[in-house]
Amino acid sequence: MLAADAAAQALRLNPGMAATQARALCAELIVQDADPAGDVAALDQLALWALKTYAPIVAVDPPAGLVIDVSGAAHLKGGEQEMLDDMITRLARAGFAAQGAMAGTWGAAHALARFVARPTISVPSDHSGRSIAHLPAWALRLPGGMDDALRKMGIETVGEIEAKPRAPLALRFGPELTRRLDQAYGRTAEPIEPVELPELIQVRRVFPEPISAPETLARYTLKLVEALCIGLEAKGLGARILDLRFHRVDNRIEAVRVGLSKPIRNIKTLTRLLCDKLETVDPGFGIEAMVLAAPGAEPLTWKPVASDLNQAAIPDVADLVDTLANRLGAGRLYRAAPAQSDVPERSVRKLSPTAMATAETWPEHWPRPARLLAHPERIEALALLPDQPPTAFTWRGIRRRVKRADGPERIFGEWWRRDGEVDAMRDYFQLEDEAGERFWVFRRGDGEQPSTGDLSWFLHGLFG
Amino acid sequence: MPAAPRSAHAFETLRAEIHRIEAGGRAPKDFLPFGVDVLDNGLPGGGLALGALHEVAGGGNGAIDGAASALFAAGIAARTRGQVLWCITRKDLFAPALAQAGLAADRVIYVEAGDEKAVLTCFEEGLRHGGLGAVVGEVARLSMTASRRLHLAAEDTGTIGIAVRRWRRQAEAADFGQPTAAVTRWRVSALPSSPLPSPGVGRARWLIELIRCKAGECADFELEACDETGRLALPAHLADGSLAAPAWQKRAAG
Repeated sequence: MLAADAAAQALRLNPGMAATQARALCAELIVQDADPAGDVAALDQLALWALKTYAPIVAVDPPAGLVIDVSGAAHLKGGEQEMLDDMITRLARAGFAAQGAMAGTWGAAHALARFVARPTISVPSDHSGRSIAHLPAWALRLPGGMDDALRKMGIETVGEIEAKPRAPLALRFGPELTRRLDQAYGRTAEPIEPVELPELIQVRRVFPEPISAPETLARYTLKLVEALCIGLEAKGLGARILDLRFHRVDNRIEAVRVGLSKPIRNIKTLTRLLCDKLETVDPGFGIEAMVLAAPGAEPLTWKPVASDLNQAAIPDVADLVDTLANRLGAGRLYRAAPAQSDVPERSVRKLSPTAMATAETWPEHWPRPARLLAHPERIEALALLPDQPPTAFTWRGIRRRVKRADGPERIFGEWWRRDGEVDAMRDYFQLEDEAGERFWVFRRGDGEQPSTGDLSWFLHGLFG
Repeated sequence: MPAAPRSAHAFETLRAEIHRIEAGGRAPKDFLPFGVDVLDNGLPGGGLALGALHEVAGGGNGAIDGAASALFAAGIAARTRGQVLWCITRKDLFAPALAQAGLAADRVIYVEAGDEKAVLTCFEEGLRHGGLGAVVGEVARLSMTASRRLHLAAEDTGTIGIAVRRWRRQAEAADFGQPTAAVTRWRVSALPSSPLPSPGVGRARWLIELIRCKAGECADFELEACDETGRLALPAHLADGSLAAPAWQKRAAG
């Protein structure tokens, strides 16, 4: 037995068990020989997938782990926690039960992912050390046998090792223990040797003297982009993802990743996007090599464009979308499109800003307010049942007399979404007060059947 | 008076000369007419200058909710060509209402910038791009420096920029008195809607105040809100030129 998932552990099958013993516990067990080479190959595949999807620096952490440096790339998925959730969800959909942790150091993330994550955990970078203090000592990636020796000394957790004086520990256990401890606490650097795509288009530039000035970095970025674009053009490809890696003299790698909404090999646009991100790069004592790669590339061929002979083409704004999306995060840019729902808060769905035009629109004969409150606000209203608009209402402490009104527009609950909405109903009214301000209010229920709502009034939007 | 035509001619040449110097080698500006004569006649060039920054705020509670000012901006943006970038910090803008003001959903790209500073950078980025029809940004504070940057960016590309000013509290709305580099400054407040012969709410009406206008005069207008093509309209009783109540009505009342 090499490993056991949740289902196996429920049958009390544990790693390290002999096959006969496991068979005794579970009669239907199918036994297969271990395939270490196949496992390694599969893990490599997974690493390449993570490299293409998430971040420029990915390494295999055998026997069953991946280490990903997300700095400079997390914004493309909307943040660190969002990226982690996305990763675990996608792996789960593909049939992998995975656990993930986001922490300031490799060591801490390694320990948290294996001992704490259910299935994800994210701790701030400066809390990495504190968050692993209560974990068992062997969470520190120690060589075999060392944790037994530690236990003999009465040391059980990482925090206890940290509290002990260092010199005797180093004398007793060798430098490995203190090195692992320092790596987990972020006191010494731990370089990640990233995997590379075999067919990757990449260009590299090594400097005789380390460079660090921002202008110099920007200049060499331009040169690398020029070289990369020649490579892309030769293959008829355009970049969808660009990684720029900076190899520092202290053996650390800084990286930035840029995502593009469509394949591009325009030198000016690509340079601009990368240079926007240069300020996030910490050159440390200097950078001795820069590598620019396009892990995501798609075919890009020349296309005819409209000329002035007929009507001028609507200009393309994909490059603007890329610039803003790389600065703010891709989820922050969107287009609105009608969704198949009459409930106002569900009637708008978000589309990618570069998606095809839908030409759909909302029904035009129903008035819709310019501002829709995120949560309908409770109002005190005076109205005749069953279907008269209020004659006066109080919102945010101000009483308003209704001069004109229109309605009701009845909207039914969507029973296929939630059980609570089977009978629910809202009657929407457009109200105008004496000053001419127009409000969109609704009453829960149809005013006749108590099951349709409790007759309370809410203000949902403001007309312009 | 024989001197009058000559001096008028001299003024015209002088104006043209000044425009040429002001343009500084850039192409002459285009203008976007509102299609309402009373409004267009008061504006230099017969409409809103494209390639310039304009400011819109709401009056009264509109300074906080910014509903009418957003629709006014949507109406202007709807009559430009190309896509529209709309930079927001608060997520309460309701897209169906913009579609009803003539701005089709396919044309608007929303940017949820985290804060005011990010809104201004996105705003400027949009104006600098040049491929957009209009850029709208919802901001509370707009300093002279920031607005100058926006205006210059707009001038370079010919894209119209509309700053919808919107504050968190009524007291902060006094900020609208501070000078900015915007070419025009508008205040839009809701008025009682057009009367209907039957109970109901008619087409919305706005009091549109042109508070500041470069090379033009301030004015107030009472107009009907944007229709489904983004056009304002004169209220019917004014359009017919019968503002005063008919005499027989007065007599009947008295």
